[in-house]
Amino acid sequence: MIQVNRSGEVWVFAEQREGDLEDVAIELLSKGRELADQLGVKLAAVLLGDKKAEGLTEKLGHFGADKVYLVVNPLLEHYQTNSYTKVIHDLIHKYEPQVFLCGATVCGRDLAPRVASATKAGLTADCTDLQIGDHEIRRTGEVHKDLLFQIRPAFGGNIIATIINYDRWPQMATVREGVMPMPEPDGNRKVEVVRDEAHLGTQDLALEIINQHIEEKKVNLKGARVIVTGGAGVGSKANFKKIWDLAHCLGAAPGATRAAVDLGFIDHDHQIGQTGTTVRPSLYIAVGVSGAVQHVAGMSDSKKIIAINKDPNAPIFKVAHYKIVGDLNQVVPRMIDSIREKV
Amino acid sequence: MAYNCVVLVKQVPDTTRITGEAMNPDGTVNRGALPAIFNPEDLNALELALDIKDKFGGKVTAITMGLPTASTVLKEALYRGADEAILVTDRRCAASDTLATSYILSCAVKKLDPDIILCGRQAIDGDTAQVGPQLAEKLGVAQITYVEKLLQLEEDRIAAKRSFGNGWQEVRGKLPVLLTVVEEANEPRVNVAHRMMKYKNAMSKADVEKQIRAENPDMDDEAFNNAVNAEVTKLENKGILIKQWDLDFLAADLQWCGRDGSPTKVHRIQSVVLAAKGAKDVEATDQGITDMVHELIEDNTIA
Repeated sequence: MIQVNRSGEVWVFAEQREGDLEDVAIELLSKGRELADQLGVKLAAVLLGDKKAEGLTEKLGHFGADKVYLVVNPLLEHYQTNSYTKVIHDLIHKYEPQVFLCGATVCGRDLAPRVASATKAGLTADCTDLQIGDHEIRRTGEVHKDLLFQIRPAFGGNIIATIINYDRWPQMATVREGVMPMPEPDGNRKVEVVRDEAHLGTQDLALEIINQHIEEKKVNLKGARVIVTGGAGVGSKANFKKIWDLAHCLGAAPGATRAAVDLGFIDHDHQIGQTGTTVRPSLYIAVGVSGAVQHVAGMSDSKKIIAINKDPNAPIFKVAHYKIVGDLNQVVPRMIDSIREKV
Repeated sequence: MAYNCVVLVKQVPDTTRITGEAMNPDGTVNRGALPAIFNPEDLNALELALDIKDKFGGKVTAITMGLPTASTVLKEALYRGADEAILVTDRRCAASDTLATSYILSCAVKKLDPDIILCGRQAIDGDTAQVGPQLAEKLGVAQITYVEKLLQLEEDRIAAKRSFGNGWQEVRGKLPVLLTVVEEANEPRVNVAHRMMKYKNAMSKADVEKQIRAENPDMDDEAFNNAVNAEVTKLENKGILIKQWDLDFLAADLQWCGRDGSPTKVHRIQSVVLAAKGAKDVEATDQGITDMVHELIEDNTIA
């Protein structure tokens, strides 16, 4: 456990695999940069790995890090709960950051709680936004200034909670993938590299990785400029072809609601919303989507939203910019014709 | 070799059924208006534990921390095949965040000296997925999160396949270990009829107290305590007592429990109110749609 310290840096965990940086690490740097500037402290990335990771320090600088804490050790080649926890726990106690952020990936959600428990720090899961703000304890009138507001949906997305920790630091949070914009790299930015030792033995590798298989995502929803999403209202897997057709003629990625995935219309890679991917494209077309809060949480930041639904009272219309009340079986083909004519 | 499995279960409000009535005017959730259910992925954890017991023998103990009413999920665990159920309940547990919760649970789990600790990946009220890893850290055991399949269990060695979101990983380690289980792992069994017959009257001490007080509102304290103790002994002899542990019994250090033990605090809660953006109505006609497409091309939304 470390004490509240105003000069502590903002840290982000630079998740990497085989020497490739995960997108979420870059998203965290973008948000981390804002927070560090507001607090007037440095932004540092925490990078662990074997030799392959060393090449990433410059890139971390280009995306906003002032500093990289680099720990290189053959035992850190693959992410492992115990070894990574031990190294990060030691770094936290040595350098006392005030904020420590991890991506809410499978890896981040395995690591962050273990580190928080070892450090006896507070941790908020799956944040969708982070801000700096003050908190007043009403009972005593005591004000804690410049805290990390950890903002997250809870209760199945029905409420938004702002969580703080003012008496035990670091202030830790995991952040959902895709909710922070990807910054443009600045090739002129220089970064300070602080090398640290890992005090590890094989006893710190509790598990042996026998085998693993990572698939490239078949669909890149996060990078798509346009997304066409089908909901349960599309009716059948056969009819879902209309969604694919509209997506193809726009060069868009096909998305789906959880209901459409559960009904077997399309596979889980395409799912958008609280339990799927969070997206913020230039154009989002929601077809036969009712607009459950869990889905809206994952798409409401899109720049333009077109909603097509038979029910004029569908909640999706509340977040839409263009409202089309009608049968998707007529509207979608008309849109395809109209786009083919114009583009 | 037989294995001693402990499954952590949680009673949660069914957040998939939230309607307008479940929200208070101040934006908070009225938990009372939602049905309380067995956290779905905890059922998958229980199923995996029962499956281990079926194959290798041993014992399955279900534990929950919560209000006395959480004994309902423990009864369900008994119906499905758990051998024993433990309710950790204490007013001083209130307002525990995941760190405090994992500390309290670690005190309880240590008493049971398990080989395998299982829990659902996450609970649907908070969706944090934190208590499993935090508990593993407090117990000083290895963790395998997002378990999809048990591959091998032999002597003190375990191998499992875990989901990686966009892939999978197979790992091997030594017991004791904590597993967090995802819904894809299995199909939870339903209640077993003869077990329902046996355990339908299973109760915790708190349940007994509530029942005796309701039946005898005017009973004096001594008579009440005697009646409660007699009933508890009777249930124990029948093998249908849900054990009840409090923080004194766990010898928990109170500085790590409840509000004091919780570094995270709530600054503010807002209900999600979708503010209408003033959508433009588009006629579902050729003309209406063509005009819209034209507008989107004009402002470069469509390239």
